[in-house]
Amino acid sequence: MKHLLSLVFAIAFALPVNATEIQKVTSEGGITAWLVEEHSIPIVSIDILFRGGASIEPDDKQGATYLMAGLLEEGAGQYDAIEFLEATEALAARFSFDTSRDLVSISATVLRENLNPSMDLLRVALTEPRFDEIAFDRVRAQVNSIIRRAETNPRSMGGSRFRSLAFGDHPYARDLEGTLESIAALSPQDMHKTHQAALTHDRLVVGVVGDITPEELAKLLDTVFSTLPESSSEIVALTTMQASGGVDIIDHPSPQSVAIFGHAGIMRDDPDYIIAYVMNHILGTGFTSRLNQEIREKRGLTYGVGSFLAPYDRAALYMGSISSSNENIAEAIDLIRDEWAQLTDQGVTQEELEAAQKYLTGSYPLRFDSNGAIASILAGLQFADLPIDYITTRNDGVNAVTVEDINRVAERLVQPENLRFVIVGQPEGITAN
Amino acid sequence: MKAYRLLIVGLFMLVTPAIAQQAKVTTFTLDNGMEAVVIEDHRAPVVTHMVWYRVGSADEAPGKSGIAHFLEHLMFVGTDDIPEGEFSRIIESLGGNDNAFTSHDYTAYFQRISTEHLELMMTMEADRMHDLILNEEAVRTERDVVLAERTQRTDSDPGSLFSEQRAAALYMNHRYGIPVIGWRHEIEQLNLTDALEFYHRYYAPNNAILVVAGDVDPADIEALAIKHYGELEPSDGITSRVRPTEPPHLAPRRLEFHDERVSNPYIIRSYLAPERNTGAQSQSAALTVLAELLGGSGLTSVLGKALQLEDPIAVSSGAFYSATSLDPDSFGVYVVPAIGVSLQDAEAKMDKVLTQFLIDGPDPAQMERIKAQIRASEIYALDNQNGLARRYGAALSIGLSVEDIGNWPNEINAVTADDVLAAAKDVLVLDNSVTGWLMKEIAE
Repeated sequence: MKHLLSLVFAIAFALPVNATEIQKVTSEGGITAWLVEEHSIPIVSIDILFRGGASIEPDDKQGATYLMAGLLEEGAGQYDAIEFLEATEALAARFSFDTSRDLVSISATVLRENLNPSMDLLRVALTEPRFDEIAFDRVRAQVNSIIRRAETNPRSMGGSRFRSLAFGDHPYARDLEGTLESIAALSPQDMHKTHQAALTHDRLVVGVVGDITPEELAKLLDTVFSTLPESSSEIVALTTMQASGGVDIIDHPSPQSVAIFGHAGIMRDDPDYIIAYVMNHILGTGFTSRLNQEIREKRGLTYGVGSFLAPYDRAALYMGSISSSNENIAEAIDLIRDEWAQLTDQGVTQEELEAAQKYLTGSYPLRFDSNGAIASILAGLQFADLPIDYITTRNDGVNAVTVEDINRVAERLVQPENLRFVIVGQPEGITAN
Repeated sequence: MKAYRLLIVGLFMLVTPAIAQQAKVTTFTLDNGMEAVVIEDHRAPVVTHMVWYRVGSADEAPGKSGIAHFLEHLMFVGTDDIPEGEFSRIIESLGGNDNAFTSHDYTAYFQRISTEHLELMMTMEADRMHDLILNEEAVRTERDVVLAERTQRTDSDPGSLFSEQRAAALYMNHRYGIPVIGWRHEIEQLNLTDALEFYHRYYAPNNAILVVAGDVDPADIEALAIKHYGELEPSDGITSRVRPTEPPHLAPRRLEFHDERVSNPYIIRSYLAPERNTGAQSQSAALTVLAELLGGSGLTSVLGKALQLEDPIAVSSGAFYSATSLDPDSFGVYVVPAIGVSLQDAEAKMDKVLTQFLIDGPDPAQMERIKAQIRASEIYALDNQNGLARRYGAALSIGLSVEDIGNWPNEINAVTADDVLAAAKDVLVLDNSVTGWLMKEIAE
């Protein structure tokens, strides 16, 4: 008991990761990474982000980046697909390769005892992928099935339509995986070109957490990344939400309707971003949010409703989603519109703000719950161009937000008349307009 | 009124990973029968606090399917001390996250929060173990939420509906054949009395397990547990969990499920399979290795190599096994055929691979790689506080002991090629199976 009570004082001001623990490591070759040393478990987690992602692929190569990233562990250097995967298994290394509109990301967690051979495998995957025809055909067939699944999945259908309305002919409008036609036209040669464009050392950020010293890491950075090429393609242009307010309906045989909704949002580097973040918590995240209280807790109209800021690298949306039965979706959408209007008309209360601040500051340390999670945060902070001491100042930023700040930002950001809804299902009592 | 997550055995569920031997684990039992496990993780001032009840949907009375899960939702309503709707609000105001989940065998509640608030979490969890207060309106509204949950997670998803039908066909007598969330027509009839009867019978310290993982001292946790949980009265409604058992299965069962929303047809077969039992886990260990060998890792496993590389008729394939359950559960294999390949052909090729495996047995090099990965997963597990807490909670709530959990990696390590082959021959028997085809069109 005594021990636990004395702990209270120690941890009341404790931070998830002490800022002094984040080290900026620069290799001889000039590659930098942020590192948190954590020697209590013999593992190392590495999060690697390449800025650019699927948005930089040419219009006639849609889906190339997604397919390329999926092929990185399917044969590289001296290994064919099976050999590469078996070598990974023998080292018990865990690699994952992913693509988004803004980046290609690689997460690796490896055993300390296998650090060097594991990193060598990773190097081969990142720098010498083979894109053998047989592996290419196999993985393309898998992407084909992913696309077909998305075509009948209500959430994917709604998201896809929403993005195409929001972004018009900007690359953000495309589906990440491409289309059945676009991927059918791709070749292994396209994979090599896409790889050269997407994985470049000048668009690289790295976060590392684990049983490794800065000196070891500096050497590894050069080993793994030094042969990557320079970027030759442009990052895509900034864009904004292009759709106006309204309702689209995609007919889909289902007892429920899924609605994806939103309008223009706020960029991550906007000085008002953190204010908008706190505001949105009050409106649409968590159990106590206004949307959840009004639509789920009071009326039982849904199992899940929420809203979120969607700051992409080159555009920003303010979005939300809900599922409700076909009979109830019209009422649920009316309630969402009401909450949106209420926020601009009346703002938030001091009580709501304080509750949000307590939750957001108190729960911040929960995000730092594993080496992999921390590595991912370190990479994400660099991607967003945030300072290395961000983690120590972030809660102060949340606590500095006032009701007046939120009401000002609500007026700027929250636009009930511009909300665009895409509904997938057979909704009753609502029509497209 | 949470419960975003139901633990239903999923198609692509991984085999149960092994337990971290290095985790520092302490156990104790309170005088009223409540068991406790403390898992130390001193890296950050964060704690996972869980209470597991040894009751799940397979313990429900006939006609009341879904009551275990419905009660789980209702546990967030309020108590004599906590006004309606305030439970999660209080936790959020302290920066904590809370939720709950229900399976066939257990129901669990948890919070993740700064260590300084642990004592309050214990106070609140102990309070709702005996002083839950419900009213008709809260029950009606929450029943609508549960129906919306069923609509979202099951009725709108052909794969989930198919899975329900397959489970119903696999179990002829045991309640694992009934979905955790319940059949819709029975959920619609669940009421306040059903919820309270279930609550009063099963929610008591002698049916509960406390799991605390995080930056804590086990002696402090024991003192706190005595203070907050130690005074609770045990229930005399807790009896041994003997459920109806399966009769011999004398014929393979087959079903076709058609739904116009299906985009990728597949064939999946589940066999009735033994589960881990206290002091007797070796066959389960062999089946765990078998699932890894046949289909645990996609391309490098037996099914993947044969059906995605050598004779590439499949887009994906795999095997799964649920080892950690109270009663015999299932072992399964599936193949998603490539475009132009029929389910019939896919099934025939799958069967050919299985037959050949029963002749050849495992490849020693593949066995070694699998064991290396399982050993590594011991170390990786230490990086996942919440995962460790769940592992202990789930195992203890189905009657395994901390020793069983500790022995599990050794059991896996001791598995030989002969063990795998013997387990495969025991379990991969068509009479014990249900084969399902998920498809868009009626078969010609």
